[in-house]
Amino acid sequence: MEPLSHAFKERAVWALQDETLQVALNRAKDGFAVKRAKAVEGLPEFDALRDRAVAIKNHTLENLDHYLERYADAVERAGGKVHWASSAEDARRIVVEICRAAGAKMITKGKSMVGEEVGVNGALEGAGFEVVETDLGEYIIQLAHEPPSHIIVPAVHKTRGQIADLFHQNHQKYGLSRKLAEVPEMVNEARQVLRSKYLEADVGITGANFLIAESGTSVIVTNEGNGDLTCSLPKVHIVTAGIEKVVPTAEDATTLLRLLARSATGQDITTYTTFSTGPKRPGDTDGPEEYHVVLVDNGRTTMLGDQFREMLRCIRCGACMNHCPVYGAIGGHAYGWVYPGPMGSILTPLAVGLKEAGNLPNACTLNGHCAEVCPVRIPLPDLLRTLRHREYQLRLGLKPMRWGLAAWVWFTTHPRIYRLGTRVQARMLALLAGRKGRFRRMPFAGSWFRGGRDLPAPQGETFMAVWQRRQKGQGR
Amino acid sequence: MSAPRAGSSHDGTGSRPRVGLFVTCLANIYRPNVGLAAVALLEKAGCSVEVPLTQTCCGQPSYNNGDLNGAARTARQTIEALEDFDYVVAPSGSCGGMLRDYPRLFTSEPGWQQRARAMAAKTYELISFLTDIRGMTSVDAAFPHRVTYHDSCHGLRALGIREQPRRLLATVRGLELRELADSEICCGFGGTFCVKYPEISGRMVGDKAAAISATGAEVVLGGDLGCLLNIAGRLGREGGKVRVYHVAEVLAGMADVPGLGDPRQPSGGS
Repeated sequence: MEPLSHAFKERAVWALQDETLQVALNRAKDGFAVKRAKAVEGLPEFDALRDRAVAIKNHTLENLDHYLERYADAVERAGGKVHWASSAEDARRIVVEICRAAGAKMITKGKSMVGEEVGVNGALEGAGFEVVETDLGEYIIQLAHEPPSHIIVPAVHKTRGQIADLFHQNHQKYGLSRKLAEVPEMVNEARQVLRSKYLEADVGITGANFLIAESGTSVIVTNEGNGDLTCSLPKVHIVTAGIEKVVPTAEDATTLLRLLARSATGQDITTYTTFSTGPKRPGDTDGPEEYHVVLVDNGRTTMLGDQFREMLRCIRCGACMNHCPVYGAIGGHAYGWVYPGPMGSILTPLAVGLKEAGNLPNACTLNGHCAEVCPVRIPLPDLLRTLRHREYQLRLGLKPMRWGLAAWVWFTTHPRIYRLGTRVQARMLALLAGRKGRFRRMPFAGSWFRGGRDLPAPQGETFMAVWQRRQKGQGR
Repeated sequence: MSAPRAGSSHDGTGSRPRVGLFVTCLANIYRPNVGLAAVALLEKAGCSVEVPLTQTCCGQPSYNNGDLNGAARTARQTIEALEDFDYVVAPSGSCGGMLRDYPRLFTSEPGWQQRARAMAAKTYELISFLTDIRGMTSVDAAFPHRVTYHDSCHGLRALGIREQPRRLLATVRGLELRELADSEICCGFGGTFCVKYPEISGRMVGDKAAAISATGAEVVLGGDLGCLLNIAGRLGREGGKVRVYHVAEVLAGMADVPGLGDPRQPSGGS
């Protein structure tokens, strides 16, 4: 998808002013954070599991070439085929070719963030296939022609009323005549329509939460069971996954699974955990006839070799955005690409460039809540700061900010002038504020006031001046 | 402005630890009373306090805006000013945390990195220094008000400060602490974030102000002036009656001056 991250500031302001969006965000606000906290509280070994997860991921990333080869060999042994996509374009082309070769008309899809990343849907629709998302959230935003606004709850930005409208507009052709009011009714409505699509589909495309190297197995977690139906009913199953999804063993995958749902939705485990290995074997009662895996690099090996390697530990749980106050205020669409929130503010500039997405790593208070809850201990604020450093080095930031910083550094390294300057500043501001003790506006400081706040005035003297007087024995 | 209450800092014997106070640029410019309160508390805790005049800023504006060379230049200034003390103490978790991060700025300068490490190892935020290092368990202060406490993110997450201020506040006569809902959520200050993204910052501090008002507290306290300026600015704009002080001012019994952004007392202005 074409990134819109350059317009982050404007999009953030729209989001803040969008009352319907704010209703949806407020409703979602504490839900996941509270559920996660409860789930973590109920698992005393949670922190030990995190350490284990970090070790598994680090070890795998250090030996990624080895485990990818082992995984690919195992897939082929099981009768599947592995395709290596170095770019998003490669990935799109490969998926389209497989679908063409299968003579497909209808394609069902399970939720896949890498699919969003490389733009699978657009490519398939462009090539004339009908694509149906089977995850309820993804289905809703597909009806709305919108990208996901959250990596695990793609339609979190939609209110119940908006969803009812979408069904009303789009499901008349399936015989829906009245407007639905309750959530179970809507789930049922989607389910009825999707059932026929599952049976009609020629190809099913899923993502993968983990790829198990020892057996060539892909693992997906869902709460709706749509993943099972997508990967087992059509005659061709395509798995799309980033190369960082591989783990050595099933044991490792289960360690990560114990962290994933707890961190994401606060569940001990998702309703469905689906393991699929190769196509249907002789004697199997069901399963696809063809099994393809598209392994997507798309910048990941670059990350492997630079300061952002730790980002490849990410298991896409969404805990960072569920705990991010900026995400909570503006939602995911403001970020302008596929991945929002803290993890997205690192992945997006790496994928689409700092020139396009320079605002993202800056739009963060570095409060550290994301890193605190990250199940694989990614130092997200540090990585965001590293991106700011890169932006500074590339001279991409705003010039006045650069000049201001340079002036401040000069000031801080000339302490006599610093003392004098701060003394004048403190006195002037206190004088100008007068009895009121604060400013309601001030020239050249409009940004502070645009936050809907006054500026408290200084007390009048600097501490250094008071201290020096006191040291001279002249304290009042 | 209230007069300093503590005696001279230089009357101690050799057994008193020498503390270099890193006053922070915000306390220096906005709130000298916080520096004075810090000195009073440190002296009460048996420290000999000095304030080197060559200290300036911790360097966070540069560090957090990607100018690592600039941050290193400011850091050298701070290290030279403060490295010879037994301890370096700042009335701010954010600035104290920055000093602890200094070694990261000198990955290619072993000499400076050594000095940065040595200083980082003896640098503390004020309140946690009083309780964890000096073993302070109570203060001699009265503040007969309902207060709530805002945990600043850097103190909370980088330095693990949560219980320490609450333990000391519990010993302030007449003080009733009412906990804030979502106390672990950022107030939206974030250094230059608050002016780069004022609308988002404004929304965040609006939420914080609402949570503060909901406690029914008369006063909000915190350990970082950045957050407190932001919160006081919002509360002031909303016209509420909640007053804002740095926690050190209350613990030192020095909150007898107008709070942040309060109208100046007719007789007390400088």
